[in-house]
Amino acid sequence: MSLTHYLIVSALLFSISVVGIIINRKNVITLLMCIELMLLAVNTNFIAFSRYLNDEVGQIFVFFILTVAAAEAAIGLAILVVLFRTNKKIDVDELKELKG
Amino acid sequence: MTVESVVFYLFATLTLVGAIGVITMRNAVQAVLCLVLTFFSAAVLWMLLEAEFLAVTLVLVYVGAVMVLFLFVVMMLDVDYASLKAGYTKYLPLGIITALALFGGIYWVIRSEVFGVEQMPEPAKHGADYSNVTELGRLLYTDYFFAFEVAGVILLVAIVAAISLTFRGRRDRRGQSVPMQHQASKEERLRVVSMESGPRQDGQEKTEKKKRIRRKKGGGS
Repeated sequence: MSLTHYLIVSALLFSISVVGIIINRKNVITLLMCIELMLLAVNTNFIAFSRYLNDEVGQIFVFFILTVAAAEAAIGLAILVVLFRTNKKIDVDELKELKG
Repeated sequence: MTVESVVFYLFATLTLVGAIGVITMRNAVQAVLCLVLTFFSAAVLWMLLEAEFLAVTLVLVYVGAVMVLFLFVVMMLDVDYASLKAGYTKYLPLGIITALALFGGIYWVIRSEVFGVEQMPEPAKHGADYSNVTELGRLLYTDYFFAFEVAGVILLVAIVAAISLTFRGRRDRRGQSVPMQHQASKEERLRVVSMESGPRQDGQEKTEKKKRIRRKKGGGS
């Protein structure tokens, strides 16, 4: 397996999540999941380069990305729950309270 | 085909199928389960890349914690998911064009003439005595110790933010305030009253009262 194989997989993963964000732009849950997918693609890139350059520092970076992504998911879901409690729906198009 | 390439192609396909499932499923729970499949097969790919610790972390932290959180939220919220999904074919051409352009651009950079076997040969596999966890731990607790501490603070902030966002109890509740209890000083709680000291007069007063009452009764009759 060459490095290109892994990079292509993660590029495909990233492109799929971009499509997901574009076609599901109303749904906050799917948007959050697509962001998780993007981070997974980036992490795969980091790990592939870490392996082929024989340098473990890339894996340290992935470790921190995982930490921040977990925090982001927790806060995002908390905001989602509060949003649903106040609005009874989670449609992104309906969020115009701050529009003025 | 070697065993490694069979495993690679199998799990790379599973990863991509899972990702496509995430963005196309009409049912939110199924979409989350597809995401779990994606994470699992990505963990296998990471294992192939000899990042054993991170592969295990991905399964434990992501599949075990974050995805369960997602499932909780998706099952708890009574969202009409199908209506949110409706009309997503409207943006599908735009999305596909964007994704193709993006992937084309990335592929131009990572094509096999740039990162192929000749340009980037795979390093020799580590022996059985190599420990990925030891290596990562050594880096993490020496060179990247400060960053590690900051990551802990970030997690703490996430806990505080998530709890304070979703807290539903009364905020003006009368509870026990430990800091105030600790700061209480003797002067606030204790009052010393100085009184004159002397022999007790209670007994005499009582008898005098009785006499007085008796006298009153006598006068009335």
